[in-house]
Amino acid sequence: MQAFTFLRATDARQAIDAGARSPTAQQGASVRFVAGGTTLLDLMKLHVEMPQQVVDINHLPLDRIERTHDGGLKIGALARNSDVANHAEVQRDYAVLSQALLAGASAQLRNMATTGGNLLQRTRCMYFRDEHMPCNKRQPGSGCPAIGGANRTLAILGTSDHCIATNPSDQNVALAALEARIAIHGAQGERIVPIADFFLLPGDTPDRETVMQPGDLITHVLLPPPKAGTRSHYLKLRDRASYEFALASAAVVLGVDGGRIHHARVALGGVGTRPWRAPEAEQALLGRPATPASFAAAATAALRDAHAQSENGFKVELARRCLVHALTTVATA
Amino acid sequence: MSPDATSARPAIGASIPRVDGPLKVSGRATYSSDHHFPGLLYAVPVGATVARGEVASIDDSAAAAMPGVRKVYTRANLGTFYKPGKSGTIDESRPPFEDDTVHYYGQYVALVVADTFEQATAAARAVKVDYRNVVAPDVRMQLTAEENQTTDSERGQVDAALASAPVTVDQTYTTPPETHNPIELHASVAVWDGKAFTLYETTQSIMNHRAVMAQMLGVPKENVRIVTEFLGSGFGGKLWPWPHALLAAAAARDLGKPVKLVVTRQMMFHNVGHRTNTQQRVRLGANHDGKLIALRQDFIYRTSRIDDSKEDCGEVTAFLYSTPNLKVTSARARRDIAPNTAMRGPGAVPGLFAIESAMDELALALKIDPVELRLRNEPEIDESLGIPFSSRHMKECLTRGAERFGWARRNPAIGSMRHDGVVLGWGMAACAWMAQRLDAEVSLLLNADGSVRVASGTQDIGTGTYTMLAQMVAHDLGVPIERIQVVIGDSALPPGPLSGGSMVTGSLVPAVAQAAAGAVKQLLDTAAGHGPFAGAKAGQLAFTEGRVHLRSGTPADGVPFADILKQARLAHVEGKGKSRNTFGDKEAKKFSMHSYGAHFVEVTWEPAIARLRVSRVVTAIDAGRILNPLTGRNQIEGAIAMGVGMALFEDTHYEPLHGKAINSNLADYIMTTHADMPDVDVLFLDYPDTKLNALGARGIGEIGLAGVAPAIANAVHHATGVRARDLPVKIEDLLASHVV
Repeated sequence: MQAFTFLRATDARQAIDAGARSPTAQQGASVRFVAGGTTLLDLMKLHVEMPQQVVDINHLPLDRIERTHDGGLKIGALARNSDVANHAEVQRDYAVLSQALLAGASAQLRNMATTGGNLLQRTRCMYFRDEHMPCNKRQPGSGCPAIGGANRTLAILGTSDHCIATNPSDQNVALAALEARIAIHGAQGERIVPIADFFLLPGDTPDRETVMQPGDLITHVLLPPPKAGTRSHYLKLRDRASYEFALASAAVVLGVDGGRIHHARVALGGVGTRPWRAPEAEQALLGRPATPASFAAAATAALRDAHAQSENGFKVELARRCLVHALTTVATA
Repeated sequence: MSPDATSARPAIGASIPRVDGPLKVSGRATYSSDHHFPGLLYAVPVGATVARGEVASIDDSAAAAMPGVRKVYTRANLGTFYKPGKSGTIDESRPPFEDDTVHYYGQYVALVVADTFEQATAAARAVKVDYRNVVAPDVRMQLTAEENQTTDSERGQVDAALASAPVTVDQTYTTPPETHNPIELHASVAVWDGKAFTLYETTQSIMNHRAVMAQMLGVPKENVRIVTEFLGSGFGGKLWPWPHALLAAAAARDLGKPVKLVVTRQMMFHNVGHRTNTQQRVRLGANHDGKLIALRQDFIYRTSRIDDSKEDCGEVTAFLYSTPNLKVTSARARRDIAPNTAMRGPGAVPGLFAIESAMDELALALKIDPVELRLRNEPEIDESLGIPFSSRHMKECLTRGAERFGWARRNPAIGSMRHDGVVLGWGMAACAWMAQRLDAEVSLLLNADGSVRVASGTQDIGTGTYTMLAQMVAHDLGVPIERIQVVIGDSALPPGPLSGGSMVTGSLVPAVAQAAAGAVKQLLDTAAGHGPFAGAKAGQLAFTEGRVHLRSGTPADGVPFADILKQARLAHVEGKGKSRNTFGDKEAKKFSMHSYGAHFVEVTWEPAIARLRVSRVVTAIDAGRILNPLTGRNQIEGAIAMGVGMALFEDTHYEPLHGKAINSNLADYIMTTHADMPDVDVLFLDYPDTKLNALGARGIGEIGLAGVAPAIANAVHHATGVRARDLPVKIEDLLASHVV
């Protein structure tokens, strides 16, 4: 690990000012905020992240979970994954988020990991995490040996010729289906970014993963009020029963009335270069009967543009089954 | 000292908790890397980032100038290591820094020593290594028989028998490279006092380690002391010395300071061995009644370019079943991958995956129940050697295991069994593993304070050797476990057995008995003619439960042994014992000695989401007399966990462009978690094998893993209809299932 200076921020302004001195908030940032540290510290030990300054934001008052005036929920960026997952109102109104969080990592990691940190979780692509390997995301222009290499766990949606890295988060898939909004306090003031606009496709700049700018500090996540007559569910499929990233996952919010679907939000995990909202699937569901045929059609629509690599072609079928099963579960609950 | 309740309990066969348990759970057990000394320095190796090529130059100027760095070692300044010769066993025989050639990714090319681990780590990264003549590595998993083709066992006319057999199976099975991942990292703490080394090592064989290190470091054996008090397991990966131990010792000698080198988890995927991948073609021929008439196994194992550790997939093939015609052949294929080594149940474990999968395929072809097929092919004698078995109860493993599992309720139709909405698959496999003794010496002291000390230069890799030794002494002397001090893990002690091949327990039994008898004889000689036994000769005295008494009297009328020693002003009396190995023992060679077992596995299959889990395992084990059912069951349960990993998860992925084991961490190298653990029921038959030793005890470290993977794969077939011939069974294979 390379030497760095350590600053314990006592207020948001101090953190933002420190962060703003980095030329980028993306790969290669010279200033990094640390919250739970479950991603950052690993990457620093691997020399994938080598900030000159680490700013500890754990003392900022951003760990609350509270109702908003419109009946939604405001989750502080520093709220721990385990606290969010076990929060009574999250479990009642946003079951998909609780289930997604509990499907992730281990109990110890969930106790440390935060809502904001999870939003910025980095890929588990083995080439990205190995400084001796080429990787366009870590070192732009160096190439992508994952294409044609070890890509069993990598993405089939949203890929480019430069990068096929998967966004590994479970939380973010649920947040995409919930149409969460992300509150960011930055050098230019505060702004709210819908989650659909927060993550970038890799394109030819896979080192840029989000809209975060130098100094940007995620302060909280806003969930809209729960839609009446809907239920939600998260299903994660992986090789072993615990402590593994998704090979495919599905977050669904579904409203069914009189056998017809009146509300559908669908996102996939483990298969996309970002948390993969699937509007095509939602369109295929809306107004349709809640039947296996509708669910199958939605899954086919969600994966229509899938592009498989040498080792991960199975993910197309796996994700299809995952989505159908998640929809079936929520429709028959 | 009156015999108390504890001593009255039999020590053998009792479920006695580990005697070292409290030390371990309270963090007081000193593992090798826990050793610390004033002035200790930290060493971090630099690994090659190519798999095949040469080191052109090493620029250590930046590293050498970094804070805390004491020295950067390369080929140019480390000095020479001697070759191992015939000093002992080592699976990477090339001394580190031997030449500029790189044979595998991660091979050590430099070493940084600094004041702190962090400084050494940072400086190691700053060492700039340039390579030349770099060639794209060959790390293909597909194997062809390229060299060392041998016939390992043969009887009858196998090819003719196969050609005329009414029913045949002819399939090829593969097992992947598996990397040992004991929780304790490999480590060396080397101390040089100007003349002699004390080396705190993570080794499963302190005696072999001493012999090899003395040779390669160029010092007399008596100037090397190896200490391994506790091991966080090894699974075979710590049987033989690895290059890091030599680097740490050489640096300690050169710098005149203690040096600690802990191999990182990432390095453990390259620098300390692994179970190599295998490819096995199995041909079976049988009559319609299920009687085997031919069995042929042709296997290829992969080795590194520089060493040739054989993964002997035919280890148990030749005596497992009765068949007049049999042939086992082996061949080697070299790849640009680091040297391989033994992993729990070497040879037999991958070998049984092929044989027992093929037997399942044969059972299907014959429409005979898989248990029944094995019962019909049970041999009367070891047909490969023409000698009787010392103690074989395979049939009982099969029948009692089947009964405990409920096998009679099995519907053989694929995907036909359901429970709570999921498909159940039931599969089984048989297994065997060798039972042998190694040379072992034991010293036993009866102390004047009433305690007993037993010592041997062996080590406990986590399997319970401390506890076994205490139990053997308690059994032989009738003294309570609490009064027995077990001293192992130090090469200065009388030479003891290595912890491999499930041989420690069986090897120690005769030596302990002899040492105990010797100490008692000394004690009785001391007691005779003095004090309360003034008128008695030694032959008229007896030793019972810690007391010396007249043979004509009772123990209660006697005297505690401590009193005898105090009266004679002796600190202790010592008995010495020695076990002879079975490998050169003519008596032992009259019998085929092995352990046996049968695994019965239930998997659950949810086709809608392609989810397969192992839900239930019943294992029946015939491993001689079980000295301690508690630690014994623990060995089998751990082996089942490893077997689930072998069947479904573990696969070292050598990246094709660079030859690196790219999933070199515990997130990407998938192993069994607690959540994956099935309900495990272990049944010990508990028949003493008195041909092996007086207690009839065999080791049980490996038998539990043998056969688990094929039992799971066979259950997977029953549930899904997918025949997995290439491990691990993956979701992508199972998506082909037609069971809905």
